Amino acid sequence: MSLVIAEGLTKTYRAGDVEVPAIKGADFVIEPASFVAFVGPSGSGKSTLLNMIGCLDHPTAGKLTVLGTDISTLDRRAAADFRGKNIGFIFQDFNLVPVLTAYENIEYPLIMVQEWPAEKRREQVMRLLKAVGMESQADKRPDQMSGGQKQRVAVARALVSNAKMVLADEPTANLDHDTAHHVIDLMKQMRDQFGTTFIFSTHDPKIMAEAETTYTLEDGRVLSSSHQPEVAHA
Amino acid sequence: MLDVLKIAARNLSRYRRRTMLTLLLIIIGMVAVLLFISVTGSFKSMMVGQITDSVLGHLEVHRKGYVASIDTLPLNLNMKPGAVTKVEEALKQDPAVETWSPRVKFGGMFSNFTETTTIRINGVDPAREAATAPLLPGRMAEGPKGGALVEKGQIVIPLLLARGMKVKVGDTAVIVATNRDGSVNGKTFVIRSVTEAISGPGGRDGYMHIDDARELLRMKEAEVSEIAIRLKDPAQLDRVTASLKETLGSTSGKSPDPAAAAASAGPGVASAGQPQLEVHTWADLSPFASLARMIDLMTVFIKVVLVSIVLVSVMNVMVMAVYERIREIGTIAAIGTRPSRILSLFLAEGLLLGVIGTALGTLVSLAAIYAINLWKPHFAFGQQSDLVMAPTIAVAQVVTVALLVVGVAILASLQPAWKASRLDPINALRHV
Repeated sequence: MSLVIAEGLTKTYRAGDVEVPAIKGADFVIEPASFVAFVGPSGSGKSTLLNMIGCLDHPTAGKLTVLGTDISTLDRRAAADFRGKNIGFIFQDFNLVPVLTAYENIEYPLIMVQEWPAEKRREQVMRLLKAVGMESQADKRPDQMSGGQKQRVAVARALVSNAKMVLADEPTANLDHDTAHHVIDLMKQMRDQFGTTFIFSTHDPKIMAEAETTYTLEDGRVLSSSHQPEVAHA
Repeated sequence: MLDVLKIAARNLSRYRRRTMLTLLLIIIGMVAVLLFISVTGSFKSMMVGQITDSVLGHLEVHRKGYVASIDTLPLNLNMKPGAVTKVEEALKQDPAVETWSPRVKFGGMFSNFTETTTIRINGVDPAREAATAPLLPGRMAEGPKGGALVEKGQIVIPLLLARGMKVKVGDTAVIVATNRDGSVNGKTFVIRSVTEAISGPGGRDGYMHIDDARELLRMKEAEVSEIAIRLKDPAQLDRVTASLKETLGSTSGKSPDPAAAAASAGPGVASAGQPQLEVHTWADLSPFASLARMIDLMTVFIKVVLVSIVLVSVMNVMVMAVYERIREIGTIAAIGTRPSRILSLFLAEGLLLGVIGTALGTLVSLAAIYAINLWKPHFAFGQQSDLVMAPTIAVAQVVTVALLVVGVAILASLQPAWKASRLDPINALRHV
């Protein structure tokens, strides 16, 4: 079963009396355990698409099915529960909670969203810390970490509740080139290790080349898609 | 919930200065309220103690209508022996009653053989009066302070009268009184002692033995104007008053033969089932009760000020916390945190502010109360000087104020917490 199915997906914002179309009838399918990029210039609708796939926003028209659920049917609370169970998020600015350590940031969704018991939480967090190579930095707070380290913690946080899909909006925009590649590599490793689908947006051509499936957007339309089973970078 | 509290505590600690300032305001408010309650409570209990233990007792029983005419000390509204017996039986059955003192009160003329003035006389059983108003024997400005309050043939007069009439302890004076039938009688007394001027009712009262009073008034039977009652615990006042009102009010009304009961009890008890006895607390009889009520009112006002301080300071800090953490709220909402969970997180921050502020405020307040008790400041009340202020505070008062502060802190957090829980994740994540 496809993970995400978009059929005639449309999103229009209203600014006063003016309607501003952000997505204009997009059709695409995302399969499980894939590594997908939405690419395009600023304002092309990448973030809007990711927001809808992430159940943060509803389509104006068309249908978007995520993990078999029509997201238009979800109210605020149901959408929160759906995200908590199925979707992880990685943000451009990392968005870690500043007062919490790396360990606690990763643990946060298990406390606030899923309410796992303490012992199970500890095991899961340690597994993810190890997976992203941050075991030795577990006690550091975000202000004591580099950008790359923060994004590693963010990746671990996105995966900690066994999300089936991770959405990353410009995850490398605030990172230098090498660190950006390391983060993309890490995301791929996590996909391989946990079978999680990664969907990210970028306008960096070097980063978009890392994706196995790429959807190019312009002015709210999906102009093209390309598929390459495995890409290795230098 | 513990995890939410832990995260809330971390969030408070990240804005250390703001949190400290808010806590300081709560602590200052708590200290102000608890100190005010303890100091005014001490003053109030001392003031009430002076009134009840020197003059009035905790409550008094009169024949119906007596208090309404108390300025004229009407002899025709005295209680008859049957009524007195009924009252005494009721008092004996209530374990909260420590003792009581029957009094015969009347207005008379005081003469030093050259001048004459008016005087209000209390005819008392010395031992019972001293037990009911235990501060009275110690308030003798002149004359013996120990021993019997007054013996037969002796009189105790107030200081103002002694000065005005230029008499002293050991002098002889004549008291002239008109009895209920209109006949005038006089009797010579030796001045045993002179009382300090007491503020409030009783301030111009003299004392003589109850047998002398009855003889002077040519009473044919042992009538009583009032019965003053002392309780073991003044906190039982309301309960005992209600109990006495019920018992004495229904004395003859529930009798199988009301006519016979009224006849045996005399006109002081009841007729036709109507209560003929009245029970009054000290507060009903003393103008200083309004001062005590004013203290209570001021305490309420101070509590309102405290509520305002806590409400404004906690709401301010929480509004700022939400505003400064909009992106963070957007993040936790995006990763699937339910709105109710976000609400509880911010409420937990308000709760912690309230609890920590209350705990510290209580500690500082108790330390301040302890320090005042070590310091022992003196003050005067009416004619009484050199009274020592010894503030105390009941656990119930501390708990009430603490719950009030914590409750208001949570209430103040409610609006910002609600706002945080309703933030749209997309807009919140875009917030700069």
